[in-house]
Amino acid sequence: MRINVRVNGVPSEADCWEGESLLFALREKLGFPGSKNACEQGECGSCSVLLDGVLVCACLVLAAQADGHDVTTIEGLGTEEELHPVQAAFVETGAVQCGFCTPGLVVAAADLLERVSDPSDDEIREALSGNLCRCTGYVKIFEAVRLAASRGAGA
Amino acid sequence: MTVVLTPGKLGVGRVGDRALRSDGTPKVQGQFAFASDMIAPGMLWGHTVRSPHAHAEIVEIDISEAVAMPGVHAVLTHADVPGAKTYGLEFADQPVLAIDRVRYYGEAVALVAAEHPEQARRAAELVKVTYRELVPVTDMERALESAPLHAGKPTAGHGYREDDRPNVVRHVVIRHGDPDVEGDVTVTGTYELGIQDQAFLGPESGLAVPDGEGGIDIYAATQWLHVDRRQIAPCLNLPEQQVRLHLAGVGGAFGGREDLSMQIHAALLALHTNRPVKIVYNREESFFGHVHRHPARIWAEHRATREGRIVCVKMRILLDGGAYASSSTAVAANAASFAIGPYAVANALLEATAVYTNNPPCGAMRGFGAVQTCFAAEAQMDKLADLLGIDPIELRLLNAAAPGDVLPTGQRIEGSFPVAATIRAAAALEPPAPEPLPRDPLRLPGGAGNTTRGEGVKRGIGFAVGFKNIMFSEGFDDSTAARVQLFADGSAEVHCASAEVGQGVSDVILQVARTELGTDLVRLAPQTTATVGSGGSTSASRQTWMAASAVRDACRAAIERRDAGDAEVDVEIVYRHAETTPLDPETGQITGDRAHVAFSVCAMKVVAEVDVELGLTRIVWIGAAQDVGRAINPLAAEGQVQGGAAQGMGLAVMEEIQTRNGLITNASFTDYLIPTALDMPAMDVVLVEDPDPAGPFGAKGIGEPPTVTATAAVASALRAASGQPLTRVPVTPEALIGLSR
Repeated sequence: MRINVRVNGVPSEADCWEGESLLFALREKLGFPGSKNACEQGECGSCSVLLDGVLVCACLVLAAQADGHDVTTIEGLGTEEELHPVQAAFVETGAVQCGFCTPGLVVAAADLLERVSDPSDDEIREALSGNLCRCTGYVKIFEAVRLAASRGAGA
Repeated sequence: MTVVLTPGKLGVGRVGDRALRSDGTPKVQGQFAFASDMIAPGMLWGHTVRSPHAHAEIVEIDISEAVAMPGVHAVLTHADVPGAKTYGLEFADQPVLAIDRVRYYGEAVALVAAEHPEQARRAAELVKVTYRELVPVTDMERALESAPLHAGKPTAGHGYREDDRPNVVRHVVIRHGDPDVEGDVTVTGTYELGIQDQAFLGPESGLAVPDGEGGIDIYAATQWLHVDRRQIAPCLNLPEQQVRLHLAGVGGAFGGREDLSMQIHAALLALHTNRPVKIVYNREESFFGHVHRHPARIWAEHRATREGRIVCVKMRILLDGGAYASSSTAVAANAASFAIGPYAVANALLEATAVYTNNPPCGAMRGFGAVQTCFAAEAQMDKLADLLGIDPIELRLLNAAAPGDVLPTGQRIEGSFPVAATIRAAAALEPPAPEPLPRDPLRLPGGAGNTTRGEGVKRGIGFAVGFKNIMFSEGFDDSTAARVQLFADGSAEVHCASAEVGQGVSDVILQVARTELGTDLVRLAPQTTATVGSGGSTSASRQTWMAASAVRDACRAAIERRDAGDAEVDVEIVYRHAETTPLDPETGQITGDRAHVAFSVCAMKVVAEVDVELGLTRIVWIGAAQDVGRAINPLAAEGQVQGGAAQGMGLAVMEEIQTRNGLITNASFTDYLIPTALDMPAMDVVLVEDPDPAGPFGAKGIGEPPTVTATAAVASALRAASGQPLTRVPVTPEALIGLSR
């Protein structure tokens, strides 16, 4: 089937098999491999994207369900030259190691700061608890979110 | 709102600076290409047919239906492997594709290549394999009395101790002083650890591209490009020059990518179809795709004087290596070598046996044998302190080893070994004050489950210290090559195949090169077998020492040439650390000056809360002191300690691969739990700097010690909080309320 999705503001279309997830369509059909596939069952958050502004795991959404909707991926945050404040904060605090979880965590953190501009430590932990990271122990990720918040990322 | 990264922060940083990652920006933008992101024109998708049995004979493989499926280009079995039919990191005991027998659940049996991954998956289901089931050997003690799982002894003839018991991969005995010496007091204990998975976030993936001349380029996520090639080429029946390995973005490794996974398989399919072939494992398959941390059973006996001096340690360690040898021989040696911890003890009898079973294959994982014994040894230390009424930290300081002391292998410790300083640094960290009640449920054991208002919640403080070797040991010819090109415009390019797996060796290399060359105009070339010699393994906490030393020496050689008048310089050198020799197979004593090159120590203090009514836990805080020699990049070093602690904590409280008759029953992130943002405690990290005279700039590797110590330290805190013995990890709710071990 043919689906039409606006990805990062740009209308895109792809031929998809009905069983394909939005994650597969984004990565393999639409040219947005930034979202990662690490569990394919909504446990790890590596494929976090915004569907009409709502944080979802792209692996749990069928490509067909996204037909006619807006999707924001990691590639849609910041620009080539200028980073989203959450992205910059991740680099500056050492919150990135292997980086496989990073796109999902950046999208989830940016979503948190959109909703809560000055989150408490508990709010940060709870908001990111659906995003697994195996390298960092999260400590520097929390620092990154606090740094981005202090710079008014959610303002 | 967007921001430009603070100008001047990227692409700079010398030795000792908190340099930012050179790959940080593409990683936060989603632009960094991981192995699973590779694509090539005309690419096919590969899929692996795997055994549903832990132990069975293969009677017949019928591929006829699968190969007739639309979109399918190839279905391959062992008969299609053109060269060597078996491979292995150290011993070629593992079939590329199972031949007449499968020895573990999920073993690769056949391969499919198709246009679409779903076609490949469906075709794989149509490969009809007829099995005759055999009784699986699933208990590591019974394995020593069961029929051998391998014909002959794959690990015989390598200078190990002779052992006639069936299924012994390696039996290590270290006899030190007089193990019959008695003390005033004795504590004994039996300990057990479950199987831990590396659970790197990026599942095994890669792309193989035929070069049109019979050779192949393989883009894969691995820990050691050159040793992959050494194993792959014979199976493809190709000379090594026709097999080029290129590092694709690695989504974490932790030991799990030291052995091959999809590399030979993708290459076979690509050469057979003459098309690029990509293989991407999903999470379930990833649990079958790599070796895990050895589960262990440990019997320990510590004898000490009334004053707390340990006079003798006896420990027997049994490690389940699973179906194939992988690096079990070295894990067994490490388990025995570091069994007593970083203490000076005059007498010991330490015995480690790794066995074959039909359980999931085990091999390298961060900590490599030392994690298991640290858990047992540190539990014994707490027990001894309790019996003698001595403060547990004082007891550790009383027995702490120092340079000049002798390890149980007879090796005299040289260089940096600040055990007491590291223990003191961790002990000095001030834990947070107990939080008053009532609290948000998130800050109580049980968390969002809202299982308590705080009644029945007890707080405990634990402590542990651990250590392990850095770099390869026991006579292994361990080297790292580095190549430096200096150009007329003053810029430089560094080639070093030391695999970047997320730990930050790329930045260590760049920081060293910038420092040595006195310029920021330094690029790191893509990591590959094509342009430089072996970087050695990204394991054994070895790359900081090895890559930094190699790059330092290559830069110095390049400057020498330039100063001699060469306009453009291109030099490659090979760095080797001090020579090691094997342990004597009978006594476990060194046969030269050393079996291990250098050591790194980590100490941790942990605060835990336990709901003693429900057996639920909350790890509140970890204070860690890590011996680093000298930090080349303190920012990255802290990250290693934090991440390493998280993995050690995971083993202590939640992580275990569950099996039933050898079949893994929790191969998913729904059922195999790793710490989340809500599980991870606050952490304080101190880097203890005691430069090693032999290390580059005084630096030592530190990837593993935090994991070694964290499991023991978390278990210690849970014991303090619960009052239960907790002799098995991961600790269960039942054990925390006294209903089981």
